[in-house]
Amino acid sequence: MSGNEAIAEGAIRAGCCFYAGYPITPQNELIGYMSVHMPENKRIFIQAESEIAAINMVFGASAAGSRAMTSSSSPGISLKQEGISYIAGAQLPAVIVNIMRAGPGLGNIWPAQSDYFQATRGGGNGEYRCIVLAPSSVQESFDMMFSAFNLADKYRNPVIVLGDGMLGQMMEPVWLPVAGCRLPVAVKKPWALTGCKEREQNIVKSFYMHEGDLEKFNLLLQKKYAQIMDSEQRYEEIDTKDAKIILVAYGSMARIAKSAVKSLRAKGIKTGLIRPITLWPFPVKAFQQANRQTGEQANYLSIEMSYGQMVEDVRLAVCGKARVEFLGRSGGGVPTEEEIIKKVNSIK
Amino acid sequence: MDKIYAHPKSLRNIQTHYCPGCGHGIAHRIIAEIVDELGIRERVIAVAPVGCAVIAYDYWDFDCSEAAHGRALAVATAIKRVRPENIVFTYQGDGDLAAIGTNETIHAANRGENLTVVFINNAVYGMTGGQMAPTTLLNQKTATTVKGREAGIHGYPLKISEMLALLPGVKYIERVSLHSPQEIIKTKKAIKQAFSNQIEGIGFSLVEVLSPCPTYWGMQPKEALDWIKEVMVKKFPLGRIK
Ligand SMILES: Cc1ncc(C[n+]2csc(CCOP(=O)(O)OP(=O)(O)O)c2C)c(N)n1
Repeated sequence: MSGNEAIAEGAIRAGCCFYAGYPITPQNELIGYMSVHMPENKRIFIQAESEIAAINMVFGASAAGSRAMTSSSSPGISLKQEGISYIAGAQLPAVIVNIMRAGPGLGNIWPAQSDYFQATRGGGNGEYRCIVLAPSSVQESFDMMFSAFNLADKYRNPVIVLGDGMLGQMMEPVWLPVAGCRLPVAVKKPWALTGCKEREQNIVKSFYMHEGDLEKFNLLLQKKYAQIMDSEQRYEEIDTKDAKIILVAYGSMARIAKSAVKSLRAKGIKTGLIRPITLWPFPVKAFQQANRQTGEQANYLSIEMSYGQMVEDVRLAVCGKARVEFLGRSGGGVPTEEEIIKKVNSIK
Repeated sequence: MDKIYAHPKSLRNIQTHYCPGCGHGIAHRIIAEIVDELGIRERVIAVAPVGCAVIAYDYWDFDCSEAAHGRALAVATAIKRVRPENIVFTYQGDGDLAAIGTNETIHAANRGENLTVVFINNAVYGMTGGQMAPTTLLNQKTATTVKGREAGIHGYPLKISEMLALLPGVKYIERVSLHSPQEIIKTKKAIKQAFSNQIEGIGFSLVEVLSPCPTYWGMQPKEALDWIKEVMVKKFPLGRIK
């Protein structure tokens, strides 16, 4: 199946009960799959009138206690930013899938990773963070939907699954663990809007008008974010132990970087790879670990389908203790294995 | 002796933040009374707007959600789909429902969502300081039409209720007013109808309420009521629209 379909099937099996979306390439297979299989599984599917409506429907569904998600691609994700900010502010769980395409503006429909800043820095108004997960294969896209919903519920926070057009369109075999669809054990949501039967009124809101209240609330959010940074960093490491140069790449880009590591190793060049799986929290721990293992300092090369966004987080993680280089293309171009090898040779 | 009048259970007995002569307080109370009378307090879920009524949830004592400015009907659509057994309504101003949220309004109505909408038309943006609303009358002075609304520059007052009445998904629309006790009684009857429709599964029901805003109309409260009666109802005629 395609990456888009794997995400959709993963979401359904992870207990997604509500989906709202608006068509946009290159994620149309996702909304298409949901339109058939959500109703088939007695879940709710709505083709919304816009991405703005879709994300606000997710707000409502989540407020009512449902596992809810939406999906789109870059321009549509821009429209959702106000809604995501409200979801973060109201501490609602929600999953948002962005199958990135190239920008700015309408850009084109080719794959890109140029929404990294938007995803990892908040994207909408106010200070908030989304947990950002970056799958790099179709199988991982499927599997990751379980983590996405669980993390959203655990922290009552929006989770973004950040893929790109290449991953969304790519066809790969997928192993589906459980036959059919079973809802996971219901998470208790005492804050949800269900009608105030035998309890006090519940209010879902992000508005704090009285002096000092918002500051108190924001500190609470910051505490939650610190906890997420501490316990949820995920990454994959390949051949970092003795590496002189460690490539850093996520999503589809990491697959090409992986082949480059293989080719370079075959030529005796000690190369490794750190593949961030969580982009926020950025896996700072991977860099501390890599440093300790090599004894001597490795250099880093961040490779992206952008003109240098994740590289800023690599620099922050390395904290001036190593050289950090960058290779990237954006607008539909993807750095090739040859380009990576050439760049690595120019560094060492 | 029978008790024939009391404070509604669904309305907190606290002071509101509304200006003297504002209609929001009356509309809040009407809704609270209806919720009590229909016995739906434990089932009702309100969606509050962004506008002067943003903290309606501090006054009503039942479950409430916030919605971003204009998006109440998208939020309400999802709540009702997830919990069809609950009674879900939105409470929205004219800027919220008929300007920034027009898209959500039209499409929720067109899908025929089984929702109740209380639409407060005060012909201005109250919350932000009395600017022009889509429903501002021609020649009406506002903070952004200081010489009065001019059709050639600002367009015409938007009659969204009449527009919505064209949609087959819409089952009930009535325009009412708060300018006198008699009209307030009619307002309550219409809103109660809109709630009953939802309970019976009839479908999308909207009540437009002409509501005074003395502060941003630059009038005394009594003058504001007279202005609705003499001027506003001429452009926004009262009665059943659908
Ligand atoms: C996206 C966004 N744009 C603008 C605002 C500012 N704003 C708050 S309320 C409002 C208009 C309210 O007018 P209306 O809906 O008629 O309700 P009223 O205050 O008159 O009851 C505006 C423009 C906002 N909060 N969010």
